[in-house]
Amino acid sequence: MTDAPRRTALDATHRGLGATMTDFAGWDMPLRYSSERDEHVAVRTRAGLFDLSHMGEITVTGPQAADLLDYALVGNIGGVKTGRARYTMICEDKGGILDDLIVYRLADQEYMVVANASNAQVVLDALSARAGGFDAAIRDDRDAYALLAVQGPESPGILKKLTDADLDGLKYYAGLPGTVAGVQALIARTGYTGEDGFELFVRPADAVALWEALTEAGKDAGLVPCGLSCRDTLRLEAGMPLYGHELTTATTPFDAGLGRVVKFEKTTNGGDFVGREALAEAAERAEARPPRKLVGLIARGRRVPRAGYPVVTADGTVIGEVTSGAPSPTLGKPIAIAYVDAAYATAGTEGVCVDIRGSHEPYEVTALPFYKRQK
Amino acid sequence: MSNPQQLRYSKEHEWLSGAEDGVSTVGITEHAANALGDVVYVQLPEVGATVAAGETCGELESTKSVSDLYSPVDGEIAEINEDVVNDPSLVNSAPFEGGWLFKVKISGEPGDLLSADEYAAFIQS
Repeated sequence: MTDAPRRTALDATHRGLGATMTDFAGWDMPLRYSSERDEHVAVRTRAGLFDLSHMGEITVTGPQAADLLDYALVGNIGGVKTGRARYTMICEDKGGILDDLIVYRLADQEYMVVANASNAQVVLDALSARAGGFDAAIRDDRDAYALLAVQGPESPGILKKLTDADLDGLKYYAGLPGTVAGVQALIARTGYTGEDGFELFVRPADAVALWEALTEAGKDAGLVPCGLSCRDTLRLEAGMPLYGHELTTATTPFDAGLGRVVKFEKTTNGGDFVGREALAEAAERAEARPPRKLVGLIARGRRVPRAGYPVVTADGTVIGEVTSGAPSPTLGKPIAIAYVDAAYATAGTEGVCVDIRGSHEPYEVTALPFYKRQK
Repeated sequence: MSNPQQLRYSKEHEWLSGAEDGVSTVGITEHAANALGDVVYVQLPEVGATVAAGETCGELESTKSVSDLYSPVDGEIAEINEDVVNDPSLVNSAPFEGGWLFKVKISGEPGDLLSADEYAAFIQS
């Protein structure tokens, strides 16, 4: 691609804060403002403010919006109540994952599908291709929203200073329209950090005012701006998959240990949905003879595993591959998510190493997530 | 960001101190440390190892990336900084001081190293 990177409505704000910027899926996004470790710790202990305006919003409306989404996605979308959200996936006919999504039901006949920035066009195209015969309209709303996230234990207190919306009544994976700092927003209790937090979908023209109001409201609570680098270590500790790493078109939801998102018992379209047959086979295979399983690895040493590094036995036999790895600020050790042969996937399995540029470093096999917040 | 005047600099972003008894200290610059992000692991050459100017002699690992460490001169490793092995964040917090990496007994004239001002111009370009 020769196109210049896209910039969010907060671009000048990020530069004013001295952010290190990086190209991400065609967007120029903040990687970090100061130390990614400090940003990570702020989200775990206080609060962090993220610009996630690169995420792709697609609105689906109409009498058969629910039927269309039930057919196009693997989840039971018609069963989502208005004001609630659901984590789901869109798969190929052969079962491979095209993207993982959050779908918000905004009204009886209105949904907002939020896709990863790198896949937004793919999702838009797939939804459009699957919409034939349904009385529903698909609207590309990627330019209609900026997205700010406030994540961390202090986030409810910070947001309460700026809104009269009933945050206490807002459950995890729910969203409601409201006013935050005088700005119209969809307030959603969702996030990608493993902490309590909110995602605020607003008009791009309102993004700077909202960012500034949140910064001011969070000052005493220790809120700091956070970039994509700490977002990655936060989600990794929380065991959340990332498209392009744990999830690809070469994996089905069952291979990724996320078979629970696939609902075969749908009441719409006679139960039919794209990928149904292949996914039923994948479910059986994952149960009876899984080739590989997604596990957590904790380093005994200090060297950091990276995506693509082989997982090996002490004698060097390749038994898997790292999909994501980073030093974990919370555990104080490097951690990784990896696909490993099922025979080595049980927590506590001995003799598992990662080949770190030729050196076989010992790792402990563990269940995901690495980190779970205390509620 | 200021680069100490008394040091010399490589285009691979190492700094080299003046030699005392033929031994110089090597580290990476603040510019390089900032670009790497939080350094979490350093692999340094062993004491007694022979290093060559412009060749890899170790690794610096940060949250998001791995970078090779080069020696700015030919020589033999006289000492490594155990403090930075135990606490790699020193590379970020004190790149020109406590975050030094190794000392090298120089066996040849350093090649085309830059002055502080030349290095400042180099990283601007």
